[in-house]
Amino acid sequence: MKLHIALFGVLPYLALASFVIGHIWRWRYDQFGWTTRTSQLMEKRWLMWGSPIFHAGLLLLILGHATGLLIPASLTTWLGISEETYHVIALVGGLLAGSLVAIGLTLLLLRRFVTKARLRIVTRSADLVMYVLLALTASAGMIATIGVNMLGGGYNYRETISVWLRSLFVANPNIELMASAPWLYQTHAVLALALIAIWPYTRLVHLWSIPLGYLVRPPIVYHSPVRK
Amino acid sequence: MRIRAQMAMVMNLDKCIGCSTCSVTCKQTWTNRDGVEYVWFNNVETKPGVGYPIQWEQQLRWRGGWKLDRSGRLRLRAGRKLWRLATIFANPNLPVLDDYYEPATYDYDALVSAPAGNQMPVARPLSAITGQPMKITWGPNWDDDLGGSQLYARTDPNLAAMTQKVKFSLEQTFMFHLPRICEHCLNPACVAACPSAAMYKRENDGIVLVDQNKCRGWRMCISACPYKKVYLNRLTSTAEKCTFCFPRIEEGTATVCSETCVGRIRYIGVMLYDLDKVEQAAAAKDNLVEAQRGCFLNPFDPAVVAQAEADGIPSDWIEAARQSPVWALVMKYQVALPLHPEYRTLPMVWYIPPLSPILEATTALGGDSASADDIFHGITQLRIPLEYLAQVLTGGDVDLVAGVLMKLAAMRSHMRAVTTGVDPEASGVGLEASELEAMYRLLAIAKIPDRFVIPKRHKEEGAALAAWESGCVLDAPTTVRMAGPVPVAAPQFANRSGRRP
Repeated sequence: MKLHIALFGVLPYLALASFVIGHIWRWRYDQFGWTTRTSQLMEKRWLMWGSPIFHAGLLLLILGHATGLLIPASLTTWLGISEETYHVIALVGGLLAGSLVAIGLTLLLLRRFVTKARLRIVTRSADLVMYVLLALTASAGMIATIGVNMLGGGYNYRETISVWLRSLFVANPNIELMASAPWLYQTHAVLALALIAIWPYTRLVHLWSIPLGYLVRPPIVYHSPVRK
Repeated sequence: MRIRAQMAMVMNLDKCIGCSTCSVTCKQTWTNRDGVEYVWFNNVETKPGVGYPIQWEQQLRWRGGWKLDRSGRLRLRAGRKLWRLATIFANPNLPVLDDYYEPATYDYDALVSAPAGNQMPVARPLSAITGQPMKITWGPNWDDDLGGSQLYARTDPNLAAMTQKVKFSLEQTFMFHLPRICEHCLNPACVAACPSAAMYKRENDGIVLVDQNKCRGWRMCISACPYKKVYLNRLTSTAEKCTFCFPRIEEGTATVCSETCVGRIRYIGVMLYDLDKVEQAAAAKDNLVEAQRGCFLNPFDPAVVAQAEADGIPSDWIEAARQSPVWALVMKYQVALPLHPEYRTLPMVWYIPPLSPILEATTALGGDSASADDIFHGITQLRIPLEYLAQVLTGGDVDLVAGVLMKLAAMRSHMRAVTTGVDPEASGVGLEASELEAMYRLLAIAKIPDRFVIPKRHKEEGAALAAWESGCVLDAPTTVRMAGPVPVAAPQFANRSGRRP
């Protein structure tokens, strides 16, 4: 029980604190390092396949997780989506996005650690930690989806995990609910929390720099040293 | 009419001996660091040749620069905005390290640390990137002076558009050197392609820079630049480029490449241009050189001067524009031409085409390379060097190149007549004797104050700059708008640990 309190009552807040404070610190002191850390100069053929597949899958996954975790089941029921329909949509969408991430990440990891010595030169320890956590989190999520929801009897995480997550935001964590979840889901959640904790110290920060402003700005940027 | 000032450069290709001193001094100054081992902000290529990176002129492959779409509107060749954002995860048009070259060093330590033996120890080549042993099979100037031309120069993209075939036999071929830096274009494709708005053009002097704190490593600028003069730092994954040595320019000193040029081929000066004409000129259907010349404003015209003053251009800058050697070569004598105007970026480093290929060919045909008649005959008859020069400098307009070469030939024969005491004939190229002599002085014997007319940056701007460069934003006058760019990499490693609010 003490372990459950630590993992599901304390760790989320530590991770969140690290996430918020880390981002503020990074933005204030290291905008210069706030980049994608692209390695396309070093290798292009594997990246042309791996990177778009991985990123497309990941963006879908983030969208799916936001839907499943933040929207209460009562809202979707009220909208007329039955539990079974929701389950099928979530399973198919999750499998699709998860497979894209799995394929993309495999290609990217093979690229980075098998193909060329050049890529190892530009790999930093922060990249390594991030790769390990990302791969483990994705694996746990995939195994839970396939093992429990597709082949097994299914597990309605929206009644437990989602409620626990939302309870975190009102500073009243419902630890018992999360403690009742299958261990695969618990592992996935803890790994994800660790990923959130290290987020601001890795290249993952480039997610916040998606350049949507580019679509509306004039093409040529002029800077004047002194305002006229 | 909105007038802006632009620092521009002209290079006289007839005087370039291809010594690469400009490249070396630039490298020592700007890219002698980890992460940019392969980067040459300034490089010298042999033409015909493949260049650096390999075949950079092949825009069907790299999709750099601009083009006109079916309705005649100006578009980046790389595609629409949405498509380019969709390719942000893997840029299909990006060159990789092997398209530039893998820099090497040598295992010098082996020379002193090898154990005693029967053989002399050898310093083997090591990759400067990975430190692993490597074979050196390519470099940034591998086909220098047409070396290996049967293999390399044949694949020069400029040759594909020519109606006659260039022969690479020793007696019949021709060559010249082409030093290249960032063009600091009026319509820079790299700036237009940057998703983060990290690249910008300075309004006061037109220099194009990368804000290192805003660059997020999307690498769209690198493929969008048709001259391939924006580079990726492999360690920081930010873009870096030629800065036109702005810290020197602001002090009134020439760029490192110009200052150290052995042949004294480079000229730097101010050009006034009309910001409102830029887009129209870049979208001109044809005669792109003429369209770009149409952007430039005559600093002797009182109306231009009045508007320039109204637009905040200091009077010493207007005076510098009048004395600008770039104005003289581009607009007054019209002997300088832009590099690949068909890329539609309106480049601001212009080139005086070399007469030497014609002179050599004239001599080879038994003519006298000092006789105006023989040279004129050569210019009209020798289609191969002319067509090639037109591919590089006018977007294929042979007559334009021929006209410039005629002027250079007329100057040559006029000065020969003057020196040998013969009465010079009328030039026939629309230039008076006094103009030919003034042009001769500018091209042949101009001293540093004539070649580099660089007004200093104004102190009131400088004070504001110094304030934010020291990191003390609150001390800076409230007129400062620019958000602390660190446009070059030299201070970047200090910046990583240092504070920059």
